[in-house]
Amino acid sequence: MLKLKNVQTFYGNIQALKSVTIEIAEGEIVTLIGANGAGKTTTLMAVCGVVPPRSGEISFMGDPITGMEPDKIVSLGICQVPEGRRIFPYLSVAENLDMGAFLRNDKMEIKKDIEYVFDLFPILAERRHQAGGTLSGGEQQMLAISRALMAKPRLLLLDEPSLGLAPLIIKKIFEIIGKINAENNTTIFLVEQNANLALKVAARGYVIENGRITLTDSSKNLLANEEVKKAYLGL
Amino acid sequence: MDYFLELFLGGLTRGSIYALIALGYTMVYGIIELINFAHGEIYMIGAFTALIVISVLTLMGMNGIAMLVIAGVVAVMYSSAYGYTVEKIAYKPLRNAPRLSALISAIGMSLFLQNYVLLAQTSDFLPFPNLIPDFEFMEPYAHIIGSTEIVILITTAIVMILLTILIKFTRIGKAMRATSQDKTMAMLVGINVNRVISVTFIVGSATAAIGGVLIASHVGMINFYVGFIAGIKAFVAAVLGGIGSVPGAVLGSFVLGWTESFATGYVSSDYEDVFAFLFLVLILIFRPAGILGRSEKNKV
Ligand SMILES: Nc1ncnc2c1ncn2[C@@H]1O[C@H](COP(=O)(O)OP(=O)(O)OP(=O)(O)O)[C@@H](O)[C@H]1O
Ligand SMILES: [Mg+2]
Repeated sequence: MLKLKNVQTFYGNIQALKSVTIEIAEGEIVTLIGANGAGKTTTLMAVCGVVPPRSGEISFMGDPITGMEPDKIVSLGICQVPEGRRIFPYLSVAENLDMGAFLRNDKMEIKKDIEYVFDLFPILAERRHQAGGTLSGGEQQMLAISRALMAKPRLLLLDEPSLGLAPLIIKKIFEIIGKINAENNTTIFLVEQNANLALKVAARGYVIENGRITLTDSSKNLLANEEVKKAYLGL
Repeated sequence: MDYFLELFLGGLTRGSIYALIALGYTMVYGIIELINFAHGEIYMIGAFTALIVISVLTLMGMNGIAMLVIAGVVAVMYSSAYGYTVEKIAYKPLRNAPRLSALISAIGMSLFLQNYVLLAQTSDFLPFPNLIPDFEFMEPYAHIIGSTEIVILITTAIVMILLTILIKFTRIGKAMRATSQDKTMAMLVGINVNRVISVTFIVGSATAAIGGVLIASHVGMINFYVGFIAGIKAFVAAVLGGIGSVPGAVLGSFVLGWTESFATGYVSSDYEDVFAFLFLVLILIFRPAGILGRSEKNKV
């Protein structure tokens, strides 16, 4: 469904991605793990067209999307829950959800989907008129995921959804990630530093180091891999 | 009391004009954090366009109000086209460059447009006909407010209402608000940010052109430099109200208009600018982000 082939990106003169090749099939949950500054966020931003690749190819559902404008890429069904959540701080919870459905016109269906995410995260229904910027970190993460779901994505990209959250909320969020995948057959590409957690929900994983994919395997094998254990599992 | 009222309404009229220009500064700043120094020139081009259209229509012997409306519409279209083009050629290529580069490009654009009009027209002041008739129903109030002022106030009010509807309730308005809060996230929900920026320039230029036509009718003459003066004042008003905030720009404009009007009326017209800037300094000491501005640290 999603293919990255030898993707390279730059910020000015700084090369952030040196060689990223990733392939994800429809319906999968795949994770990307790596240390700080390895290029995880940049990989997701390259897929979304925010940081267009300087060389290499990205395709979605068999069609090239390299160099396409971000809004076009979103319209194909690729959605991101970005690092740091990026809630629109002065828009209410309801308006934030509305923005998630920006490219949709089916009013009735949008209403239903709002009910669906309120069902997933009842706290958001309670806070619907509150400004997004005033929510707690956990609530913001729930809102960020809900906002992405409002676009009805075929491929959902999640950038460190566990960052800064209490264990109980992390557990809940990961349950819901599994549920989204199981119920809607939404393909999920999950970036995490919490490798332990990520490799439990994902079937396969990639390891990125210094802008290069250095390893890919099933989660089971990665969990058993000595290098991975040392570097990412803190064992 | 009448004198006070006259000054009050005079200040309100000035404030309205400042507001029509300040909106462009504040909206552009809200979206791309750029002080569009060429904005005053867009307003000046609006006034010149109107003057040219009026000259042509006068030869055809058209009625005053109709001429003003047509001239206004053409000015709005022309200025919008200029605003759109300025963004595309002078700012868009510098979108990811350091902020100072875009600022310098803006100053360059401002000077270029001034000199372009100077060469294409003349450096002399040209008379601008006042086509707004003295309304009969206004006669009893003529000692406190004239017909031109009333037209300015009403037009500004209509523009404000339309703009509020645009920002609050339309799709592009929602996209504008989202873009001003987080450009990257706006892209990630599928907003065409380039289009939002273009629309912002067009809308800001359109309101500035309306201001240009109105003030030219009021003052009765224009030259290539009027945009610079009015632009600076409107910019001060936008900062006063809190740059980036639309209601702030309107409020700041009225505060500035009243300060000038009362300073002129009760002290001396020589002190109008002194008071205006004194007020600016005072407000910025106590509210660095402006009256309704959001301080940077809240701006996520
Ligand atoms: N806007 C930017 N300008 C310049 N360099 C950047 C920018 N964003 C990221 N980088 C650099 O690109 C490299 C990859 O960054 P990226 O954010 O993709 O890492 P990451 O794997 O997501 O890290 P983290 O786990 O800390 O989020 C880093 O060296 C970083 O310094
Ligand atoms: Mg990151």
